[in-house]
Amino acid sequence: MTAAIQIRDLHKYFGDLEVLKGIEFEVAEGEVVCVIGPSGSGKSTLLRCVNRLEEPTSGTILIEGEDITDPEADVDRLRTRIGMVFQSFNLFPHLDVLGNLTIAQIKVLKRSGAEAVETARQALERVDLLDKIDEYPIRLSGGQQQRVAIARALTMNPDMMLFDEPTSALDPELIGEVLDVMRGLADDGMTMMVVTHEMGFAQEVADRVMFMDEGVVVEDGPPNELLTSPKMDRTRRFLRMVQDR
Amino acid sequence: MYGIFLIALVAAVLVADWDRIQRSFFQVDVMVEMLPQVLSIAARNTLIYTVGSFVIGLVLALILALMKLSTIKPYRWFATTYIEFFRGLPALITIILFGFALPIAFDGFRLPGGTLVTGSVALGVVAAAYMAETIRAGVIAVPRGQTEAARSLGMSSSRALYSIVLPQAFRIIIPPLTNEFVLLIKDTSLLFVLGTTPMTKELTKFARDFMQTTQNATPLTVAAIVYLLITLPLTSLVRRLEKRTAKGR
Repeated sequence: MTAAIQIRDLHKYFGDLEVLKGIEFEVAEGEVVCVIGPSGSGKSTLLRCVNRLEEPTSGTILIEGEDITDPEADVDRLRTRIGMVFQSFNLFPHLDVLGNLTIAQIKVLKRSGAEAVETARQALERVDLLDKIDEYPIRLSGGQQQRVAIARALTMNPDMMLFDEPTSALDPELIGEVLDVMRGLADDGMTMMVVTHEMGFAQEVADRVMFMDEGVVVEDGPPNELLTSPKMDRTRRFLRMVQDR
Repeated sequence: MYGIFLIALVAAVLVADWDRIQRSFFQVDVMVEMLPQVLSIAARNTLIYTVGSFVIGLVLALILALMKLSTIKPYRWFATTYIEFFRGLPALITIILFGFALPIAFDGFRLPGGTLVTGSVALGVVAAAYMAETIRAGVIAVPRGQTEAARSLGMSSSRALYSIVLPQAFRIIIPPLTNEFVLLIKDTSLLFVLGTTPMTKELTKFARDFMQTTQNATPLTVAAIVYLLITLPLTSLVRRLEKRTAKGR
């Protein structure tokens, strides 16, 4: 079976700074992988390379076997299969919730208006926000905005979802509702790659946890192994720092 | 300080020849005589010139702003040259260029549609240089995350620009664009140099000619009042819009 995401020898430079130093890994279909690591370790850059929001300097990334790093690749089409959720939500403020959830369906997937609205309603139901369908993003709490952003990604019926620190911009009391939605997606078998600082979520939901530091994957493994008895010193030090907070 | 100001003001009020001022600037029969034509010709033409040059300017400005934001260098060079050129020149030079220099240089070359079109195009070409910078600033003010979210949903870069970035940019720049509109209203007074015919006179030219025939200053007062009736509501609208933008988002 082809892996959902396959990354081979991925390098990324910002100017002279090498942010990713030859990343190799795979995410299987239906797998939930949490990426942890100190800030500046390259985990967000790695995630953003997967749908080419960030241009890799070298290396290849295969999305369900198709090379998204190929200059000839139809990146726009491949991106419709990869949902992305951002730290700062990035809802479209000039559109109401329904508009946010239908514009790409109509403009990119060429769905009819009625079909797009129906899909939007189903996605909102899944994040439990159907009652906010006519609101503008500014009128929603951070947690609600992030759930709408997840619903927006779902309307494209993606095969996999990328989460870039989805709860880092949220007040502590709003984190739970977003994690609940993500847990639900994981339970439904969605392929997920999650950059996060939520160790509890990683412990409970991830099939695999990957620890990154200074542009390399230091180690990866099942959460109860990596988070409780890591093999590498660097991982141990990081986990101790996080748990001391 | 305040006391000196008050004394000067009272002195001016006492010294002024109010009767004479009233006779020169506020002759009611002159006002009544000119009023129909002020509304049906002069104010109407001023608005035609303003709206015409605003629309032409806006379309040119959008093209220039996109060129200036382009990754293709020659586009950026062209836009920068255009913007610096027309912002660096007096508007009057551009108006004379379109009204007289081009016809002389190219054997009677004239834009179709007469003075109304020539004047609107000349002012629009100048306004475009200013509005292009405004639009560019508005596009830059839209957070990068908006484009990224749009692209992550599979939109092409131009689709993301038209559906996501530009609508937000235009909301940001409605106040400065309205200001540009007010400036254009006033700049239409420069079009007197085109030697307009009776039917294409705008407010200032109309008032000046009327002043000559009546030997009275009242037409200027009337023109000033009409300008203010248009510009004051617009500037107060800008203030309200700016307050709203400051509160929202």
